[in-house]
Amino acid sequence: MEIFGIPLRGLAGQLLIGLINGSFYAVLSLGLAVIFGLLNIINFAHGALYMMGAFLAWIGLTHFGINYWAALLLAPLLVGLLGIVIERTLLRWLYQLDHLYGLLLTFGLALIIEGLFRYYFGISGETYEVPEALQGGVDLGFMFLPLYRGWVVLASLVVCLATWFIIERTKIGAYLRAGTENPKLVQALGINVPLMITLTYGFGVALAGFAGVLAAPILQVNPLMGSNLIIVVFAVVVIGGMGSILGSIVTGLGLGLIEGLTRLFYPEASAVVIFVIMVIVLLVRPAGLFGREN
Amino acid sequence: MARSPDQTDTLLQIGFAALLIAGIVAPLVAYPTFLMKLLCFALFACAFNLLLGFTGLLSFGHAAFFGGAGYVCGFVVKEWGWTPELGVLAGTAVAALLGFAFGSLAIRRSGIYFAMITLALAQMVYFLALQLPFTGGEDGLQGVPRGYLFGLIDLSDNMAMYYFVFLLFVAGFALILRTIHSPFGQVLKAIRENEPRALSLGYDVDRYKLLAFVISAGLTGMAGATKTLVFQLASLTDVHWHTSGEVVLMTLLGGLGTALGPVVGAGIVVTLQNELADKVGSWVSVIMGVIFVICVLAFRRGIVGEMQALGKRLGISE
Amino acid sequence: MERKYIAALLAVSFAALPAAPASAQAKVSDGVVRIGVLTDLSGTYSDLSGQGSVLATKMAVEDFIAAEKPAFKVEVVSADHQNKGDIASNKAREWFEKDGVDMVTDLVTTSTALAVMKIAKEKNRIAIVNGAGSTRITNEDCNDVTVHYTYDTYALANGTGRALVKAGGKSWFFLTADYAFGHSLEKDTMDVVKANGGSVAGSVRHPFPANDFSSFLLKAQSSGAQVIGLANAGNDTINSIKQAAEFGVTPKQSLAGLLMFISDIHSLGLKTAQNMYLTEGFYWDLNEQTRAWSKRFFDRHKRMPTMVHAGQYSSTMHYLKAVKAAGSDDTTAVMAQMKKTPINDFFASKGQIRDDGRMVHDMYLLQVKKPAESKYPWDYYNVRATIPGGEAFQPLSASRCPLIRK
Repeated sequence: MEIFGIPLRGLAGQLLIGLINGSFYAVLSLGLAVIFGLLNIINFAHGALYMMGAFLAWIGLTHFGINYWAALLLAPLLVGLLGIVIERTLLRWLYQLDHLYGLLLTFGLALIIEGLFRYYFGISGETYEVPEALQGGVDLGFMFLPLYRGWVVLASLVVCLATWFIIERTKIGAYLRAGTENPKLVQALGINVPLMITLTYGFGVALAGFAGVLAAPILQVNPLMGSNLIIVVFAVVVIGGMGSILGSIVTGLGLGLIEGLTRLFYPEASAVVIFVIMVIVLLVRPAGLFGREN
Repeated sequence: MARSPDQTDTLLQIGFAALLIAGIVAPLVAYPTFLMKLLCFALFACAFNLLLGFTGLLSFGHAAFFGGAGYVCGFVVKEWGWTPELGVLAGTAVAALLGFAFGSLAIRRSGIYFAMITLALAQMVYFLALQLPFTGGEDGLQGVPRGYLFGLIDLSDNMAMYYFVFLLFVAGFALILRTIHSPFGQVLKAIRENEPRALSLGYDVDRYKLLAFVISAGLTGMAGATKTLVFQLASLTDVHWHTSGEVVLMTLLGGLGTALGPVVGAGIVVTLQNELADKVGSWVSVIMGVIFVICVLAFRRGIVGEMQALGKRLGISE
Repeated sequence: MERKYIAALLAVSFAALPAAPASAQAKVSDGVVRIGVLTDLSGTYSDLSGQGSVLATKMAVEDFIAAEKPAFKVEVVSADHQNKGDIASNKAREWFEKDGVDMVTDLVTTSTALAVMKIAKEKNRIAIVNGAGSTRITNEDCNDVTVHYTYDTYALANGTGRALVKAGGKSWFFLTADYAFGHSLEKDTMDVVKANGGSVAGSVRHPFPANDFSSFLLKAQSSGAQVIGLANAGNDTINSIKQAAEFGVTPKQSLAGLLMFISDIHSLGLKTAQNMYLTEGFYWDLNEQTRAWSKRFFDRHKRMPTMVHAGQYSSTMHYLKAVKAAGSDDTTAVMAQMKKTPINDFFASKGQIRDDGRMVHDMYLLQVKKPAESKYPWDYYNVRATIPGGEAFQPLSASRCPLIRK
């Protein structure tokens, strides 16, 4: 069977791959959205912290014998801790200022982190093996699906949905959302808002670290792996509507699919398709697909 | 004791006169190619500052104008045999047009959205520059002749080229000063300070923003086109988003919203890159990052801004 | 008071300027030959050239002085061009005009190499390109002060393409980075494949740089081609290889890296890279001579040399010997001497610099070993064939270099 001259098998394969890439976009843009929602900061260091997650996994394995599964927990934790330090020592001084300063500060941080990793680890990068349990793959009939890729989709979806659930359906989430709307009021209710902000930032960047560990076995672990990805993720966030939790998840997955289709029909455009969509969305809905106009 | 406006103006004029003289004699003591690079980036930063410092709009996509104009200028000079001044003009015009397109889209949103939209648009220009046949992709557009100014003056002579660049810089800088001090510039500042208020006073805020964006893009293009002539090549570096980040750093370091700040900032950053790169390698990026962080945390007025503030506190020297 | 103010401002603005140039000119007459290593010390190509290239150059200078006891001094300066054409061109100009540098070398990435070649021509100094690979250097953009020493993309495409077709890899599919370099690499290889009786099943262009290659690999997989040619470089190549293994593309189909270095294999690891074919101009483990030199290099750099490092040593030595033989560092005299003298050392045997600047020497078709075959560190390749220089490089008859009169 064929659609537009493309065999259906190929189409199904490309869609699945689009979904896999989309889950990376989703986890990364989710982290950005969580941070933006409460702190109103666009975290330019997100790509660098994603890279750091991947490197921590690699360092853990080669120097300390920490396996993939432990790294999946430990690396985001460490990245999150670093995030907490960053928030406590640096970002905290910027809340009274224009939000742009947050963007600039994190841009500087990204330069520092990437520069340091380049200095210590060189540029060619390191190879991280796919964990034993997830090696090999299954033949789906229309394509060969490496088990690890399947795991990536599963893990990202679980993390995304859990985050969404916590923020939209639990009490902690309610405080968080209230804190976004009116921090003074929430403070008056006896909630420690500064602590909440700190933890939120830590959690947001931990998501980046988590995505980094997920990516390590697929991509060459390399100091610059996050620096180009982050621009795409920014576009995803803009399209979804900044600060929208569900928006960032859905848009991330959706754009992964669209990108996959572009690669099938017109691969030359696959690098720009997301930006083109962004322009169109901004023309039609300036606040993004899921954003609220203010 | 505060200065009277007259005194401030006199001091400023003296300062500019001194800079002018310094600019004229500089190539006698320093290396002209380096100075030309510095001037190109200084103009770039000044043009950028018009937008960020005086209108309050942070564009993260100015590399598209800088590098894009470089490609245009390089192409018309190399392939169509245009004279250098026409090449710069073409680069400036295309950058201004591009600025109009970007601006029309981006000013629909403000703040961080604005920054990210410009960033994404610039990224599209980057991919175009990478793929279009005339840019030479990764190799860059090479071997652009400097040519003869107005068909007469041979610019392959470094001194002639320097004074051409210097002239362009002074013209661009003067235009920016003129803009800042015009009624138009006052409205821009009003928008920066309080947009709703400017709106309620009856100003068509979007039109002002757009015009500022176009002027800024055009002058940025002029700087980029000139740089292409100086180095005789246009390359992907200048359209990459890192260049957009660099110009933010220059402006921030020198002093947002000060006339001279971006010049100082550009001078420091370009010199640092030039002098440090060989000695410290990848630490350059770390050092730039640290400067960024320090500027944002402790030094938001920038060098010139802090000096002005210090001057104000101390009053005029007796 | 006003005058004081001006003076202060002037002083400030001058303080910001770099120090004034010290000396204007330097020839062998002042007793020093200056070599400038212009390379990527911090970016994407710093592992295949970078500090290793600086070291190789210094080793050549040390060995030359120890063996030849020349009457002149030799100095090496180095700089990081950060892969930016304008920085490279700025630095080269400064070196030629201010610091009296006689020869600029390494020049990794084509954009910087092309920019510096033009300045070398303008200032009548010598450029020896080792890092960059574009055939433009000895074709459209060739000039009489440039030597392209270690390799070019034609030789790599040609070596790998022809040898693989002959070995039975008849049908090809290309995974091509979508920019000028990728296109030309793809075209060069396609021509070779077709000329040798192979066929091209198709190609796909991927954005540059890209992270995820799975959709492109899927296309390559469904094409059923025996060989997938990777017309990309650096990280893109590494990630395509890694993901090809993941998606089960290899070992059913073989991969051919069209621009790869031993540093890439080192970074990938044998498990992922095994069985791959590639062409290089040098491998450290070829014979006693290469091993001896590489061991010395390894002791100081802690990594085995890439072909760029080896070429860097060999070309510097060749240049210095030519300066000594010519008795001057005059560009025309040295270039004539360099072209006249064949190169015989651990890097090249009967190497010869042609009029278009191309140094012609043997290339090697290599296959990456299986992990089990690798007996010691950096034991990465099986040498499958030696491609004689005459066959490896583009023939002069096909040259587009204006210096070549046909």
